[in-house]
Amino acid sequence: MRVEVRVYPKEGVLDPQGRAIASALERLGHRSVADVRAGKIFFLDVRGDDPVAVEADARRMAEELLANTVIEGYDIRFPTES
Amino acid sequence: MTSSSTKFAIVVFPGSNCEGDCHYVATELLGCRAEYVWHHDTDLKGCDVVILPGGFAYGDYLRAGALARFSPVMESVIRFAMDGGPVLGICNGFQVLLEAGLLPGAVRVNRGLRYICRDVYMRVENASTAFTRLYEPGEVVKMPIGHGEGNYTAPPEALTRLEHESGVVFRYCDAEGNVTDAANPNGATAGIAGIANREGNIVGLMPHPDRCAEGILGNAVGRRMFESAVASLAPA
Repeated sequence: MRVEVRVYPKEGVLDPQGRAIASALERLGHRSVADVRAGKIFFLDVRGDDPVAVEADARRMAEELLANTVIEGYDIRFPTES
Repeated sequence: MTSSSTKFAIVVFPGSNCEGDCHYVATELLGCRAEYVWHHDTDLKGCDVVILPGGFAYGDYLRAGALARFSPVMESVIRFAMDGGPVLGICNGFQVLLEAGLLPGAVRVNRGLRYICRDVYMRVENASTAFTRLYEPGEVVKMPIGHGEGNYTAPPEALTRLEHESGVVFRYCDAEGNVTDAANPNGATAGIAGIANREGNIVGLMPHPDRCAEGILGNAVGRRMFESAVASLAPA
């Protein structure tokens, strides 16, 4: 099944990329943007179809490798079938 | 231990590019022995000092240092460091030490978002580590940097511990030794350029002592980091 791990700078951690994107958007005239934080999404196709077990696995992967939990938070999502 | 009998292990990851500079400093400039240790190896070949050189280990994929940390060689490096062996991480090697948890904190993208390649000044904040004992406390040294991700930070409690336990080894400063925001090239918290563990045997820094170790380069100040390691192994 497909599981997504989203990794992003923690609240309160300076995100130079997000800040640069925010100022670029502002320069383009998008004056409604108050703040941007830039992260990554990992699309994982995993064996198994028990969402509880898959989520626990994905959490371990995030903690061990996908996120640097000193500066990054993460969340785990199951995309809705279309 | 005399300098000629000291043996340096220089770890080579796919994407390392400063291993030759480190090897040259150890052998040609210090007269020591040195061995390259490939990332798949687990044998540190009886070396006395381990250097993690600069470069882009594993292409900096995911995050700088994130994948290198899982190399087979890192288990041996971690064991060596935990046993008190001197380990120096330079630039990308510092990032590997952070990812491996041998030193606290993490680096973010430089605040200006640009890769920066130029000389910076640093103040020696701790002159008693295995790699800084031949410097004077408070000495101002000039070394080159070359990085896009050197914006050091750590959780508040880790920063407090670093400051209280002399964990900050180098701080960016101006030529007179004043730590100012203008002298901070990458936005690192508290101007931190290099840190050590409490025992002082594990040191990591963003600037490149290996690139300023010989008079012909116009600057030999970095050489003392390597010489400090040799001195730290000498019987007291």
